[in-house]
Amino acid sequence: MMGEISDKKQVVAPPTVEANNTKLNFMALFTGILLSVGLTVSTMVDPARVIGFLDILGAWDPALVFVMLGAIIVYMPLYWLLIPRKRKPLLGSEFHLPSKVKVDRFLVIGAVTFGIGWGVTGICPGPAIANISKGNFFIFIFILSMVVGMLVASKVNSSIMCSGKSI
Amino acid sequence: MSIETFIQAFIGGCLIGLSAFLLLLFNGRIAGISGITFTALSTSGAANHWRWYFIAGLIMGPIVAQPFGFTLPDSIVGAFNASDTILENILVMLLGGILVGFGTQLGSGCTSGHGICGISRLSFRSILATCLFMLSGFATVALIKHGLGGI
Repeated sequence: MMGEISDKKQVVAPPTVEANNTKLNFMALFTGILLSVGLTVSTMVDPARVIGFLDILGAWDPALVFVMLGAIIVYMPLYWLLIPRKRKPLLGSEFHLPSKVKVDRFLVIGAVTFGIGWGVTGICPGPAIANISKGNFFIFIFILSMVVGMLVASKVNSSIMCSGKSI
Repeated sequence: MSIETFIQAFIGGCLIGLSAFLLLLFNGRIAGISGITFTALSTSGAANHWRWYFIAGLIMGPIVAQPFGFTLPDSIVGAFNASDTILENILVMLLGGILVGFGTQLGSGCTSGHGICGISRLSFRSILATCLFMLSGFATVALIKHGLGGI
């Protein structure tokens, strides 16, 4: 009897793993679908549309302003009404909110670099992944090179952090 | 461009905001797609599974939206589309993809994480990052379409 109990204790998952993984995974799947439906309905998935929005000197297409507006109009009030009062999320064990508050050169260089890539292709990470099901060859080229770019940046980041240079 | 286009964009945006909020409310996570993608690829274990489910959801979204008449674009061409050949478009996607990946990883976010979640939380870092990538996006397209003789 005692032996059985201690055996069970051995099997228990480490504390870093959230207890209700299945529910968390299901919710992640659901929100992923909903977000991607939003990207499709809003036409944000169409790089030509994005480039039309970024083309302020040409025939500027303001439609994507309404995408961001719609998203913030929903997210912002719900966030401020509900999240600061809650100690933890409904399913998870804690809120994983970004802890960085200071502006550093990584943020500035990163954002500017991302903007250039976004302008060149009209594609950002969400719409890139949303476009996968169509099987367009160029999307796979984009995603593969995006991952390469991410790996390079994380190497740069960690090597600078390790060398202890101040920012 | 019609008023329907704007309404459609707005409704799509509301869905994006709602889903990002639900991910925070239920799972306690920021819907930053660049960060989720990179962490999904670079770590393993059960605590990482939700990221793969989220990515699977992103891939399934357009399939769910299709019966309602919302579809993915037929062609993926960048801002240089005036003279696109297959080789040129591959190079554009290679270059753009690397810049997007490098930039979002170094700058800890993209249009979803900084542009929606971060701005809504009134994070100064996110507001600044969004202004910067918008401006550099505007400048890049201006240069390609109007500054370089429309190559």
